[in-house]
Amino acid sequence: MHCIAKPIAKSLSGLIITLLFVSFIIFLVMEAVPGDPAEIILGMSAQPDTLAALRSQLGLDRPFIERYLHWLTGLLSGDLGNSYTYSTSVAQLIVERLHVTLPLTGLAVMLSVLISLPLGVTASAKPNGIVDSFASAFSQIGIALPNFWIGLLLIIGIALTTGWFPAGGFPGWDNGFWPSLKALMLPSIALAIPQAAVLTRVTRAAVIEITNEDFVRTARAKGATPNYVLWHHVLPNALIPVVTMLGMQISVLIAGAILVENVFNLPGMGTLAYQALAQRDFIVIQNVVLFFAVVVIFINFLVDALYNILDPRLRIRR
Amino acid sequence: MIHVNRSILSALAIIGLVTTSGVNAQPRTDLILGMSVEPSGLDPTAAAPVAIAQVVWQNLFEGLVTINKEGEVEPSLAESWSISEDGLTYTFDLRDNVTFQNNKAFTADTAKYTLDKILKSDSINPQKALYTPIKSISAPDPDTLVITLSSPSADLLYWLGFPAAVMIEPSSEQNNATHPIGTGPFLFSNWKKGNQVTLSKYDNYWGEKPKLDKVTFRFISDPQAQAAALSSGGVDAIPQFQAPELTSQFQSDNKFETVIGTTSMEVIAGINNNRKPFNDPRVRQALMMATDRQAIIDATNEGFGTPIGSHFSPSDAGYEDLTNVWPYDPVKAKALLAEAGYPNGFTFTMKMPTLAYAERAAEIMQAYYAMIGVTMKLESSEFPAKWVQDVFKDTNYDMSIVGHAEPMDISIYARHPYYFNYQSTDFDASIAATANTTNEADRLLGYKKSQAILAQDVPALFLYAYPKIGIWKKGLHGMWENLPVPSNDITDAFWSE
Repeated sequence: MHCIAKPIAKSLSGLIITLLFVSFIIFLVMEAVPGDPAEIILGMSAQPDTLAALRSQLGLDRPFIERYLHWLTGLLSGDLGNSYTYSTSVAQLIVERLHVTLPLTGLAVMLSVLISLPLGVTASAKPNGIVDSFASAFSQIGIALPNFWIGLLLIIGIALTTGWFPAGGFPGWDNGFWPSLKALMLPSIALAIPQAAVLTRVTRAAVIEITNEDFVRTARAKGATPNYVLWHHVLPNALIPVVTMLGMQISVLIAGAILVENVFNLPGMGTLAYQALAQRDFIVIQNVVLFFAVVVIFINFLVDALYNILDPRLRIRR
Repeated sequence: MIHVNRSILSALAIIGLVTTSGVNAQPRTDLILGMSVEPSGLDPTAAAPVAIAQVVWQNLFEGLVTINKEGEVEPSLAESWSISEDGLTYTFDLRDNVTFQNNKAFTADTAKYTLDKILKSDSINPQKALYTPIKSISAPDPDTLVITLSSPSADLLYWLGFPAAVMIEPSSEQNNATHPIGTGPFLFSNWKKGNQVTLSKYDNYWGEKPKLDKVTFRFISDPQAQAAALSSGGVDAIPQFQAPELTSQFQSDNKFETVIGTTSMEVIAGINNNRKPFNDPRVRQALMMATDRQAIIDATNEGFGTPIGSHFSPSDAGYEDLTNVWPYDPVKAKALLAEAGYPNGFTFTMKMPTLAYAERAAEIMQAYYAMIGVTMKLESSEFPAKWVQDVFKDTNYDMSIVGHAEPMDISIYARHPYYFNYQSTDFDASIAATANTTNEADRLLGYKKSQAILAQDVPALFLYAYPKIGIWKKGLHGMWENLPVPSNDITDAFWSE
């Protein structure tokens, strides 16, 4: 028990220090960004005294450190503050938006794994074969195409011609599960394709590399069937680089979601971040960026934990 | 063979039944309206973005007076009014039987409260400056409101109809940003942030009841996505469609109605009149003559939009076409530039806000100015945040393009300081004289004179009035063609099929 608690406590304190550092950097950057929220809210006709009244109402006239500490103490008590523009609690805004972004990114990860694993493994079975050529063409194109552009193509090519999926917008889960899932289908495909392209390439390379290892030859020499070797010797080892890549791609996925949500007009975290930045709704941006940072750190944590499951040697070493 | 035919016939009959019953059904009473910007809060008395008024003005909130489709002042919560000889006392006769959507009565006291709040020292009303001529407000009885001015203001009535002066109710005003309460024909139903605002019919409305039961304002920022939403039926109408290049596909589609009107937004290239060489009026006039307004309209808005020669919108009463004062003439432009001492031209920087229409216009203007030997460098500036800081506040710029959306805003050239840094005693006097007029004819005459001074002086390059491209499904009626005030008044909208 003791030997498990120690590394956890160590990584937890590391996590807190990282988040503190991230929060300070975010606050500093927001301070340096030109633009005054009061001016954006009140527009170009506002008088100086009106602007001053709003600034003091929003607390923007207080010194930098005071505002930063106010935010931090608020965070500790679970109060993220109120959005300048929406006048509602930021926590509530984020939770509302997660109803879209979480299923969207989850679906995209699922799709990309479902496409890339079979494709990568099949391609590696016969290098330079038909499937391999297709896989390599797919990953070349998929990596080259930006996801928002794929989104536009899907709208024009599928949504508008067949009508199977909506061209944009989100009905909300309370208006039915299927209509909402349908609204997320095309955007998650747009997000998944570039991810699948990268993962296909990694899977193929990993499988080929492992196949050439001595222990695989030994297994074959012992008379194991090709299928048995693939499932019991090659794949478990090839999964480690694949999972690493998947974890590293999370930040790319979040960045992609911001663009894809805007193209499909989905009320998710991405559109929230985009709007807040344009409106200089600092309090929303700070919290959203910090939230993304927490997600990325958490996923990395999860990937580390997965190594332990995938690679028994790591378990023994600890 | 006969059997087959019979089954086809019966199938056709069923289809026929289904479709005729569809035609005989009651017309729809709901409307989904697309907008490009989501409002930030729903209280037009506390924030400036036009998206707020585009949802709530006239639909949910009403003022003492209103501004109609033609840009004229009409009675609203005030049934009638009289103005004293000296133009300093306005007496309003208020409607009785008006209730707010929380069942509180609207009286002269509420009206006084609303207007006092705009003028308070800690007021955050974005248009406070428009109401500063007001000296005091009194409510002698529940149906009478008296406004006393410190100096005559011919535009005051117009501004009392503006979104920033809608009537609010003291006990609910705290929540107007998230849950607005007004006197209008529609009341707030819900707001799915990032997605849509829904209003529904208010049964106790004092005036003529609206024909629609439910109106949903859906926010779609991407122009391509707007077109897709219209085509797929996700929205019924987009009163201000943002993709001029995709408009023709709807014009040729008989399922839709496309109506091109004008807005109160003048797109101008503001000049820093303090800076050399722009402090010489001849240089500004030469650049105006080197600018082909129609070419800019064609390139930025597919030919939709009206060229303007001064800072006044064709949708406003008193407009005069002054594009012939400095018509496009590159030869004369070059000659005038030489006369001003720049025979070989000069170099300046255009600070472009990150707005599609401004970026496209800047590129066209760059090519036109090159023809008279003037080099225009392009520099991008994030809109609104950085642009407001650099250009508007610090006036650290040579020239910049932006649309001025506020209606009747010609007096900004008499505001000091203002980002044009324009000084003209003639113009200031003309605006002051216009404000002092007490009848409509004199007021419009004053505005005509003011327009002419600007057209001659060119404190900014006047380009065009921004078009209003309205697209909606056939069968929808009562939508506005022009937009004298940024809004989406759907109180008269209805479906005929």
